[in-house]
This record gives sequence, structure tokens and C-alpha cells, in this order.
Amino acid sequence: MSNGTPAAEGADREIVAFRIADQEYGIDIMTVREIRGWTAATPLPQAPSYVRGVINLRGAVLPVVDLGTRFGMPPREESSRSVIIVVQAGTQLVGLIVDAVADILSISHDHLQPTPQVASEAAQAFVESVAAVDERMIQLIRLQEVFGHDAAQAA
Amino acid sequence: MDPMEEIRQTFFIECEELLENLESGLLAMNEGEADEETVNSVFRAVHSIKGGAGAFALENLVAFAHKFETTLDEVRAGRLEPSAEVMNVFLRSADVLSDLVTAAQEGADTPSEAADGLIGELLALIGAEPEPAGKAEGGDVAFSPMPLALGDADDAPDFAPQPLDLPDLGAAAPAGHAVHFRPHPRLYELGSEPVLLIRALSDLGEVSARAETGAVPRLDAFDWEKTYLSLDLRMEGAPGAEAIEEVFEFVDGECDLKIEDADDPSGGPSGGDPLPPGPPPADESPPPASPPPAEPAPLPPTASQAAPAEPAGQKKPAPGAGARSTVRVDLDRVDRLVNLIGELVISQAAIAQCVENPDAQAGAHSSNALEEFKQLTREIQDSVMAIRTQPVKPLFQRMQRIVREAAAATGKSVRLKTEGETTEVDKTVIERLADPLTHMIRNAVDHGLEGPGKRLEAGKDEEGTVCLNAAHQSGRVVIEISDDGAGINRERVRAIAVDKGLIHENAPLSDAEIDNLLFAPGFSTAKEVSNLSGRGVGMDVVKRAIQALGGRISIASQPGRGTTFSISLPLTLAVLDGMVVTVEGHTVVVPLTAIVETLKPLPEQIHRVGGESPVIAIRDSFIPIVDLGVRFGYRSPVRDLDQHVILLIETEETSRAALIVDRIVDQRQVVIKSLEENYGHVPGVAAATILGNGQIALILDTDDLVARTAPAPAIAAVA
Repeated sequence: MSNGTPAAEGADREIVAFRIADQEYGIDIMTVREIRGWTAATPLPQAPSYVRGVINLRGAVLPVVDLGTRFGMPPREESSRSVIIVVQAGTQLVGLIVDAVADILSISHDHLQPTPQVASEAAQAFVESVAAVDERMIQLIRLQEVFGHDAAQAA
Repeated sequence: MDPMEEIRQTFFIECEELLENLESGLLAMNEGEADEETVNSVFRAVHSIKGGAGAFALENLVAFAHKFETTLDEVRAGRLEPSAEVMNVFLRSADVLSDLVTAAQEGADTPSEAADGLIGELLALIGAEPEPAGKAEGGDVAFSPMPLALGDADDAPDFAPQPLDLPDLGAAAPAGHAVHFRPHPRLYELGSEPVLLIRALSDLGEVSARAETGAVPRLDAFDWEKTYLSLDLRMEGAPGAEAIEEVFEFVDGECDLKIEDADDPSGGPSGGDPLPPGPPPADESPPPASPPPAEPAPLPPTASQAAPAEPAGQKKPAPGAGARSTVRVDLDRVDRLVNLIGELVISQAAIAQCVENPDAQAGAHSSNALEEFKQLTREIQDSVMAIRTQPVKPLFQRMQRIVREAAAATGKSVRLKTEGETTEVDKTVIERLADPLTHMIRNAVDHGLEGPGKRLEAGKDEEGTVCLNAAHQSGRVVIEISDDGAGINRERVRAIAVDKGLIHENAPLSDAEIDNLLFAPGFSTAKEVSNLSGRGVGMDVVKRAIQALGGRISIASQPGRGTTFSISLPLTLAVLDGMVVTVEGHTVVVPLTAIVETLKPLPEQIHRVGGESPVIAIRDSFIPIVDLGVRFGYRSPVRDLDQHVILLIETEETSRAALIVDRIVDQRQVVIKSLEENYGHVPGVAAATILGNGQIALILDTDDLVARTAPAPAIAAVA
């Protein structure tokens, strides 16, 4: 998983790194459409707990997902300091609620490591690989796993 | 887009229209209501399709259209009686033509068996007439007067003997043709270019050309709108007169054209005069070695007769429609919109003035102006919506074909009656309705109608009838598909449902509930799966497709009398009249069409069935109460229901429910935004909308909400 085709080896990946609770995560910058401030969401009935609701993104209805809850962290009160990262997951646009966007990193493939074997299945499923950057551990998220079918199944 | 591709798109868009004309014309002929103009329009449609297809080298399409046209021409000329048998072939030919067009559009201009079979039948039709040869002669008669019948006075001298000094030919040239080509002014008006024709000829064989300038008058007598030149062409090694004629096919009627055999090696090269004035020589008509022998009548007959049809074919590349999906709009509607926008500008100026120059009456003025502005906005909205609406006629016409095919496949005799074809519906709705409707029509023919024997036994006409109705009904469009068949065999439906485990053996079901089992997933009543109507994916798929359009479908059946399916659809998919309410601080929109009345309940009106489930007594009937806040998980059940507002809603299945909300805020039009696009379907929610403050509010799907409240079976009863 850590290295794709030989040609891609050594090539850099641009990552948007963000924080949830005390963990750092990253997603491929190409999937990020925009980053916006917190807006109160309209909750959806009978939605999974991690779906916070929908917000108005310039006329489109955008579901927002609490990534922390999705990863199995206890639900937290969102605060006005939270940030919404709008990402393209498949054909759908989804907003991810995160605590803060840390920075944009360029990670070479050589720095990517397979996800350590941990007990949590969720961790195995959602984390594609981890990267060590200056003592920090950044977990790269597999977006399709997080929403792809789940969003549809939530219906 | 590549310009050629753009023209191609236009062609297919026009084909759609032409096929519609063709179909409606043929149907009129079938009903015996055909006047000359109808027959002509049918002919023109086929001819234009052929013409366009030729331009894109869609050979199979051209070949079929050509045969079709030839046979139609016989009818047009009164030589072939449009009997039931003939019309049958024509109708099927129209179907095949439409298939070929569709195939060509998808880039597959391939020969089809159906087309080949029909070509045979078409030819047989004219074969029954004189004989291919006799027919060609008939065409000849029509053709020969042409050169003389020309109104153009300059013509006569034109035909004066011409010295024809053809270059000497390779001694014994195999087969050659002398082509005399004299364009009419109209040919140039239509933008045809002789050079291109000659180039096309040169693809067939060696061509030498000679311009005949004898008719060119002196400069002072020269009329630049007339044509004076004619061309004598000499073809070597051309495959045959027909191939040459084909080249000139699209200027047919816009020129004098004579193709003669010049293959007697002596005649041609000897500088003889193969183009005498007056009627063409007799040897012109039977082109001796015509390679495709199936061709009964080459083109000549169309020379004079097709003339009126030509413009339709010629103007083809003109209008510059572009992208894939287009809408044709009445000019009136566009004009109305333009007017309204003009008024909008005025209104805007009025408001600006009120704001910029506040005086004593500014408040009154601005509220007036604002009122006007509101009205205008609404009108503009309506007008814009109207642009998207289209009559259902083309959709209904397509169903004629489905009925024909289904009838043929089942060996039943079926007639489709349509009503309300002018009813207008949003274009998207029409497009997405085609599949479910097709399915239902097939079902009606396949399962709904009995076989001819049974029908006679039941004292019915042997011919079954399927009716297709469309009408506007209180802000929605209702489409009904009914048959006069045997009705639903409820015992069997029940047995099958039990068999498939859809219901419990002893489940007490009303007739309506049994009927609705047809919509249950995985239900198919056909004893054996016929290739005609489905393999058990049937009606539940139809139902889902209709629901996806915001519509409802219901069923009513009378044993022995037939079955009626009703589809109720929203007029447009974009806006909705809604009542804005709040529940526990959340704003929700309830579609106005669903609300029967609103009321503030009195404590004594509310009862609890079994101490728990609340009902409300309204005019002696007890209606279940649905607390929206609880349904949506906004709150836990409350006891003080009389502190809230009740919306009495009625569902499509005519069951009622009392919806508890906290407060009614407003009643307004809301713009529908899809939840499915980025998320998915939410039970009880039809869509979302954006409020004035930018917040999103959910739009209720009251039917879904009530259906989910009702005890199993979830299929609600129908009257």
C-alpha cells in the first residue's frame, strides 16, 4: 500500500494535515475542494451518529460528518473553532468536521509506512498508511472507506 | 465541439421530430383519416431522414429509408392502396427506421435483420403492384416531361443541339455514361455546389466535363439569379446509372439530370450527339446492368414528385442547435419571459429610487414596489418553468409502438387509446417516465388483457383496449394506464405472495392491499417469465422510478372489467409550495399539496388507543397522530399534545394522519435541493431546501412518513 507503481516511488504526495482531538490525520490534497469555517448543520433524522447533518454550500446540500465520531472517538460538542474540510469522495461532496487544519505537507513515498498492526478494525479500515514527519505521526485516511458506501448505506 | 459533430447532433434531434411526424402521420392514415397532406408529410419525414443520413454516410439507414420511401411514394402517387396490411408494414417500418436512427446515433450503423426482413415486405408491396419494371416505367412517365415542363423560358434554347466534342476515349471503354446536368437556380439557393457533385462522381470513375455555354446571354440580358450553364459529363467505368443518380440524389428536383448509357463505344467517342433536345431517349429508363438488382425503382420518379419534399431535406444543417439535450420552446414563451425581465428592470429602478430618495411616503412606496417585485419574481419563475415543460404527446406516441410490439409478441389484438396528449410536464419528468410507462404498457398488454378467445367468452370485443390518459389535477399531473382486461386475479396474487413469502398465509388483506402486492419487490404474476414483461423486476421498479420523480402510483382493479394504474406526478421538479413549520427549534417544510387542514387541537379531542398511541377525533373519525418531533428524533414523546399545532395530511393512498408540529411559520414556495446528490435518501424526507437565512430545512415526504407509521403491511390501502 505504501508504494504504488515503481514510477511513483519517491514521488511526493501533497497532504492536507489536520487535527482531531490530539491526533493528526492527513488526506490527499487532490480530494480537498475547500476549507471553510464552522456553520450550524441541520440534523438529519435517522442518520448515523457521525453524520452531523447538512449545511448549505452555496446552494448545494452538503452533508457534514464528524470524523472523530466516525473513528470511534466519543462524540464531542462541536465548537465555533471547528473547521469543515469539503472533500470529494467518489461523486459526492462531503464536509469533514475537524478541530483544526495543521498544514500542507509534501511527503515522499519513502516516508510512508504501512499502518501498524493494531487491534482496532476501524483503524485498519480507515487508515491507509502512516507517515512520520518530524516526530509527528500523520495518519493518511482512506476516504472511500470512510464514506463511499457508508454514506449510501446510511440511507 | 467539432462542427461536424454538432451538425450530426442537430440531425438526430431533427430525426426525433421527423419520426414523431412519421408516426402520427401513419397513425392518422391507419385510422383512415389521411388526406393528401398527411401522406406527403409522412413521405417527407422519411425522405428527410434519408437525406440527412446520406450526408453522414449512414448507409444502412439510407438503404432502408430509401426502400421505405419508394414504397410510400407509391401510396402517394395513388398506385398503392393504404390497406390495413400495407399500413401494418409501414408502421413496423417506422419502428425499424426509428431503431436504425437510434443505432446510428449510438454509432452503430449496422445492418439489422429486422430491417432486411421489412425491406423484403416493402418490396413485396410494390411487387404486388405492376412489377418493378413496370414501376420504373411509371416513374419514367413522371420524369420525361420534366425538361419540357420547366417554367424557365431560357430553357428551350438550351437544348439546342450541342456540339459535343468529347475527348477521345481509351478505345473500348467498358461502360460509360453521359450525364447531362443542368442546375436550376434553386440548387444554388439551397447552397448546393456542383463542384462537389462532380468530385463525388470522380470517385466513381473517370470524369470529363464540358460546360455548355451556348445559353449564356449577352451581358445586358444577363440575369444573375438565373442559371445558364449546363454540364455534359462523361463517365468512364462508373458502376452504373444508379450509382450516378445517387450522387445527384440530394439535388434531386433542383436540376435537370439525364443519365444515358454511352457504352456503345462508337456512339460516345464519335462525337455524336447523345443529348438531343426534347424528351430523353427511351434507352434511358432501364439502366441495363444495375448491380443491386433488388432496387425496384431507381430515383427518376422522385425528380418531379419529390420536389416539394426537398426543402425539408435541404435545410437540415441550418439551425445551429448544439449540445446533447435540448428543449424546443414556443417563441411566445420566450417573448413573455423577455417582457417580464423588462418589467423587472423597471421594478428594480423603482425600488432603487425609494431607497435613494427617502421621503415621507418612502415606506409606502417601497412596500408597493416590493410587492410588485414579488409578483414579477413569481411570474418569471412560472415562465422559466414553462420553458422546461413539454406536451406528453411524443411520449404517448412512443407507446403506440410498444403496444404494437407487445400485441404482436403475445398474439393479441390491441388498440391504444390516448387522451390528454397536450398535457404539459417537465421535460425531465417526461424523459424519466418513458421506461416505467413502457413497462406498464407491456404489462397491460401481456398480463392485463386476456387472449382473444377468453375475451370473446367474456362477451368482450376481441380487440383489447389500453387507454393512456394524461390530465392536470390540482397542481399535479395524473397519468392513467388502464386496460379492459380481466382485472387482477386476487386469489392468485395472494397465493403467489404467500408462496414467495411476501405475506403471511393468514394475513387479513383487503382487496386494495392485495392489489398493492403487485408493487412488492420480487413479485411477478406471470406464470412463466415471458420475454416481454420482465423477469420479476416488474412493478416495484416502476414504483421506485415514479417515486424518484416525486410521484405516486396507485392501482385499482375490477374483476372482469380491467385494471387502472394512476401515476401522479409533480409539474416541476424544481419548486414546491410548502408550509414552513417548526418542531423543537428545527424548521421543516411540509408540501402544501399534502395538507388538508390545520388546527389547534382541544384536549378532549385527543384520545389514546391502548393508552399509548394517540389519535385525534375530527368530525367523528379518529385519525392517528404522528409527532414529527418524535419521528425525526428531535424529542421524546410529549403528553401535552394540545399545546401544539396539528396538520391534517392526506396521502396519495387517501389515508390520513395528523401531524404534530410546534408552530406554523409561513407558507411559501421553496426551491427543492436534492439530498441524494451528496448524501442519500432519508426516510420521511423528500428533499431539502435553503431558507432565507441560509440554513437548510428538510422537506417532508408525508406519504413515506405516514406509510412508515402505519402498521404492516406497509402498503397502504387504496380506494
